[in-house]
Amino acid sequence: MAAPFDLNDSGVIVVIGTGAGGGVLANELAQRGVSVVALEAGGRYLPEDYINDEWESFGQLAWLDPRTTSGDWRVARDFSGLPAWIVKAVGGTTTHWAGASLRFQDHEWKAKTTYGDVQGANLLDWPIDAEEMAPWYDLAEKKLGVTRTNGIAGLPGNNNYKVFEAGAKALGYTEVSTGRMAINSSDYDGRLACQQTGFCFQGCKWGAKWSSAYTDIPRGEATGNLEVREKAHVLRIEHGADGKVNGVVYADADGVEHKQMARAVCVAGNSFESPRMLLNSATSMYPDGLANSSGQVGRNYMRHMTGSVYATFDKPVRMWRGTTMAGIIQDEARHDPSRGFVGGYELETLALGLPFMAAFLDPGSWGREFTTALDSYENMAGMWIVGEDMPQETNRVTLNHDVKDQFGMPVANVHFDDHPNDIAMRNHAYKQGIAVYEAVGATRTFPTPPYPSTHNLGTNRMSENPRDGVVNKWGRTHDIENLFVSDGSQFTTGAAENPTLTIVALAIRQADHIAGELSRGNL
Amino acid sequence: MTPNSQQSRQPKGQPTGPKHGLTRRQLLSRGMAAGATFVVGAGFVASTDAAWAMETANLQPKTMATLIQMARDIYPHDHVGDAYYARAVKGYDTPEGAPDIEAGIAALDAAAQGKGFADYLSVGWERDRVDILRGMEESAFFQQIRGGLVTGLYNQKEVWPLFGYEGESFSQGGYIDRGFDDIDWL
Repeated sequence: MAAPFDLNDSGVIVVIGTGAGGGVLANELAQRGVSVVALEAGGRYLPEDYINDEWESFGQLAWLDPRTTSGDWRVARDFSGLPAWIVKAVGGTTTHWAGASLRFQDHEWKAKTTYGDVQGANLLDWPIDAEEMAPWYDLAEKKLGVTRTNGIAGLPGNNNYKVFEAGAKALGYTEVSTGRMAINSSDYDGRLACQQTGFCFQGCKWGAKWSSAYTDIPRGEATGNLEVREKAHVLRIEHGADGKVNGVVYADADGVEHKQMARAVCVAGNSFESPRMLLNSATSMYPDGLANSSGQVGRNYMRHMTGSVYATFDKPVRMWRGTTMAGIIQDEARHDPSRGFVGGYELETLALGLPFMAAFLDPGSWGREFTTALDSYENMAGMWIVGEDMPQETNRVTLNHDVKDQFGMPVANVHFDDHPNDIAMRNHAYKQGIAVYEAVGATRTFPTPPYPSTHNLGTNRMSENPRDGVVNKWGRTHDIENLFVSDGSQFTTGAAENPTLTIVALAIRQADHIAGELSRGNL
Repeated sequence: MTPNSQQSRQPKGQPTGPKHGLTRRQLLSRGMAAGATFVVGAGFVASTDAAWAMETANLQPKTMATLIQMARDIYPHDHVGDAYYARAVKGYDTPEGAPDIEAGIAALDAAAQGKGFADYLSVGWERDRVDILRGMEESAFFQQIRGGLVTGLYNQKEVWPLFGYEGESFSQGGYIDRGFDDIDWL
C-alpha cells in the first residue's frame, strides 16, 4: 500500500506530475528506497475507466484548464484556448500517447554543431550524447516493452499501414515498418497483447500500450515508498532563506491549500505547466521566478514540426481499425540540407474517428469541399508528420496575468511562430506524404494543418553553460541545487523522434543521479 | 457498409414525432410549406414527406426550419437526412438561446432579401444560399452555428454508420479477428 507521508515530513522528494517523466521518476526513486510524494493535478483512471469515444474521452482525460495563445501558428486561431492536447490524470499523457518509441539519432544530440548557425534559431548542443544515453535507452526500452527491441516482434500492419507501406515502397522508400512501439505484439510484463481495437489515444482498455498509470505508479506504490496524491493541483514551489526549495503548495480536490515540505522538488508538469509553476513561484529573492537567472524559463518552446496528410481512395480503407500509429517511414529522418532545411522528419500512420476528423481535417472549413472529404471517410488513409523544429527564444510560455485559473493563478500563454526551417520542412513533408498516397491511387489528398500540440518540449532546457538554459545534464536547475526538472521541458532540442522514450530514459537516469546524491549526502 | 438512403428514417431517440392525438398527416395538414422541404405550423416543424416532425418551445417554427436548412448548407451530406440536422440544432430551442437565434435568422433572411429573395428558405439553389452564408461567415452567429455543428452533427452516434464509421470495438474484442488488415485491393 502507498505510504502516507506527513505534510511536515521534510525528508521526502516531491515529484510534480505522474506522466512519462514524473511517473517514471517517482517509481524509480521508490525502487531505490527513496521516499516520494507525487502530486498529480488530475484524477486516477485505469483501463476499465477509459472511454472509446473521442469526445467523451477528451472530456474525461484532457487538460482543459484555461490557457491562452498567441503567434502565427494556426492553432492560435483554430483552438485559441487549447494549445495542447495533453492529459490531466494519473499517468499524464502516457494514457494518450500513441506509443511510438524511437531513440534520437546520434547527430541530434549535437544540433548546433551539426546544423551550424541557423538564423533566428537558438540552437544548442545537449550536454549529453548518444553514448551517454545508450544504457538508459536500453532500460527504457525494456521498461516499455518496445517492439523491434530486445527480440520483441513488430506489430502486424493494419489497413491504414498497408496503404502507407505500399505507397512508400512504390516511391522507393526502404525504411518502412510498423515501427518501434510500446504496444505489446504479444503479452509482456503482465500486460496483454494488442487487440487492434483502435482508440490508442483514448487510453488502452487492454493495457497493451505502456502507460505509467498502470505500471510504474502502482509498482512504486507497492514499495511503500511512494504516495501519489491525485487531484492535488500545484500552485507554487516555496523556498527558504537559504535559497533552496523547501516545499510545494497545492490545492486539493476541495480547493483547500496545503504545503508539502520537501528535501528536493522535481517538476514534471509538461512544457506548459512546468515553466508556469517556476514563474508563478517568483519571490523577492527570485523576482523572475525560480531557476530563471538565465531568463530562459519558458523560452525555446518546441512542439515538433507537425501536420498530417489524409487521402481518399476509390475503395474502402477503414483506417480506424487497429493500432492508431503503428507505421513509420524513416527515410526522411536524416539530416540532409540539400532538401532545403536542416534536420529531418518521420512519417507515421495516424487515424482519427469521424468526430475528430470533422474537427481537425480543416478546422473552420465548411461547404462541399469539406463535406465531400468526410463523405469518403471510409475510403480514407492518414499519416502524421513529426519533425525537428527550431528552438526560438521568442517561442515561449509566459504568465498571462489577465486570465486566471480556478485557483486564481495566472494561466500560461503559449506563443509560437513557425521558423522558416519548420515551414520548408513541412512543405517537403506534405509533398512526400501526398506522393506516397498518389503512388497507390489516391483520388484526393489533404495536407492537414497541425493539431493542438502533443509534443511539448524545451521550456526549461538543458545546457552545459548556466547562461544558456535552466537545467544541467542531470535535469538539476543551475540556480537551485535541490530543484529538478524531469519532463520534456528539459529538452535542449527536439530531434525528429516522438519524445516519450527519451523522457523516460532521462527520468530513469535522473532517479539514479538523485538517489546517488542522497546517498552521498549532497541533497 | 453502403450508406443507404436515410431520408425517411427517424433516428432513435429523436425528440420528434406527431403532436399527441394527431397523425403525422393530420399534423401536416395544419401547417404550411416553408421552402421546398419543410412544413411549419403552430409550434412544430416537419418534413414535407411527414417522416419526422419536431416541436419547438421557444423558437418560431419557421426559424427552426431555416436553421435546419442553414445547418445542411454549412455541412451538406446528401445521404444524411434532415432529421439529423434537426437534432444537431435542437439544443438552441431554449429560453436562453432562442433570442440570439431569432436575431441571427432574421439577419440571414434580411441578407436573402438583399439578394432579391423572399427569405432564406425560398432560395432554391444551394449555391445562392451558400453565397448568402459566405457573406456572413465572420459573424458570431454563423460561427456559433458552424462550431456547434462540428459536434452536434458528427458526434451523433446514429450518424456514424452513414459514413461507414464503426465507433468503439472493445466490446467486440477489437478488430484482431474482425478485419483490421482485410484490405484486398492494394
